[in-house]
Amino acid sequence: MSIDAAVFQGLSWNLPADVRQLLAFHFMVNALEAGTAVAVMAGAIGWFMVLRRQTFAGHTLAVIAFPGAAGAALAGLPLATGYFGACVAGALALAGVSADRTGSHSRESAATGTVQAFALGLGFLFVGLYHGLLNGISSLLFGTFLGISDTQAHTLVAVAAVALALLAVAGRPLLFASIDGDVARAAGVPVRALSLGFLLLLGLAVAATSQITGALLVFALLVAPAATAQQLTARPLPGLLLSVLLGLAVTWLGLAFAYFSIYPAGFYITSLAFGAYVLARVARALAARRTAAAAGH
Amino acid sequence: MFTHEFMRNALFAGTFIGAACGLVGYFVVLRAQVFAGDALSHVAFAGALAAAAFGIDVRIGLFAATIVVAIGMGGLGDRARADDVTIGTVFAWILGLGVLFLAVFTTRSSAGNGTAAVRVLFGSIFGLSGSDAAIAAAVSVAAIAATLFAARPLFFASFDPDVAAAQGVPVRLLGLGFLAVLGAVSAEATQAVGALLLLGLVAAPAAAAHRLAHNPYAGLALSTVFAVAAVWLGLTLSYVETQLPPSTAIIIVATAFFVVAAAARSEAGWPLRVPRAMRR
Repeated sequence: MSIDAAVFQGLSWNLPADVRQLLAFHFMVNALEAGTAVAVMAGAIGWFMVLRRQTFAGHTLAVIAFPGAAGAALAGLPLATGYFGACVAGALALAGVSADRTGSHSRESAATGTVQAFALGLGFLFVGLYHGLLNGISSLLFGTFLGISDTQAHTLVAVAAVALALLAVAGRPLLFASIDGDVARAAGVPVRALSLGFLLLLGLAVAATSQITGALLVFALLVAPAATAQQLTARPLPGLLLSVLLGLAVTWLGLAFAYFSIYPAGFYITSLAFGAYVLARVARALAARRTAAAAGH
Repeated sequence: MFTHEFMRNALFAGTFIGAACGLVGYFVVLRAQVFAGDALSHVAFAGALAAAAFGIDVRIGLFAATIVVAIGMGGLGDRARADDVTIGTVFAWILGLGVLFLAVFTTRSSAGNGTAAVRVLFGSIFGLSGSDAAIAAAVSVAAIAATLFAARPLFFASFDPDVAAAQGVPVRLLGLGFLAVLGAVSAEATQAVGALLLLGLVAAPAAAAHRLAHNPYAGLALSTVFAVAAVWLGLTLSYVETQLPPSTAIIIVATAFFVVAAAARSEAGWPLRVPRAMRR
């Protein structure tokens, strides 16, 4: 991190002044803008991912972003092309794997795991072939929250807007298909098309997010806020909102903490998200105990 | 090829690690715990970097982290075994911890930009010394022995946990023990093919075997053979084509096995025909 020591003042515990200082840096504004877009998108799409029990698929897509980026660097293409291309291809591959369903969850997940390891192996090969990238390997995997350009930030906002619009259009049938696929199919909902569409949307979200958080940490923003929200409420709309808000809070706080300390944003974001999840589980367990006790009297 | 000591070490260690991965992997796929294996491989990364950050032997960090988390997952996820969301949330956080340890390590050692991380993530089987290889072989043999010893009740508990429990099979203990063995195998395999790629060596040969074999014991043997063959062929490929990293080569071969098996038998092989003697 290259911060001008003369301007950087560190944490003064004077909150308004700290926030003003945070926003005085252009790279910080970009990081917050991109982080906001990513958190909203990941919170909303992650909620559906957790509902549909596709966490493993989500993680695999996230990981596929890495060979995509490495391959694009090797071929001299812009990194964003690699991210989006790989994630869309990965979504199609996963849809193909799960399409030949004979009802066995375990075989499907074995195929998913194979796809994932193969993709990572290719990524490592590309990085090896393209020597200049070897130092960038940890930024591909763990992200560079603090080096985001204006165009990158604007692209991410646009991608997030498109993703949210698609989700808003397809949200109701998708919810129906996710909760009870058989009934939805009987009612004429195109369950298979929705499932493919959702995987593509997930791929899009992952591709956008991993440019910032890195391929390995996207998953935290996708799964943790959504899992926390589903611990707290089963109702769709409040749950979605809660998931988005949690994602936002975690991202903003994580970025701010990272700014005022020497440790990476990824660590703070994942830790805050995990802390929220643990608190939600504890709260739910306590509430369950209280209702059980009330019922006992 | 055999004149080089690093190659002999790699083949020696790789044979045992491959056998352990294939054997354990067959049960991982059977028990639908591939995602748990995925999580453990990422835990291995965080454990190795934690050890590096605090300046202790990487191997200690690897084994401590994977085995402790494996047992923790087994304890937490008993009522809902396929609770992917809990596993996902936990390992996302552990990855975050790994990033922290990586930062601590790189600031402390000031040694380049994360070559240690690359080694942990993608393995360094050509860098194994003679004693490394011996330890890898010993750990793998222990894991193989434990799995084979418990194979029969483990099959029973995996096929039908309720009936097995009713007949007095310690289903819960078996599940915990199995996860602990999986943790140990993950830790060992991390040194060979790396934390990110070991899932391929666990899942792909086993998935191929599940497609091809009806009998569980035949499947177990086939999975082991596929995994060892993947290691041998992968190492040879990487030796011939030096641009190709050994871990990538091994995973490519393992994936090829799976693709061929899936093409040969798209439907068969599942559900397994459980031998009558095992139902009892």
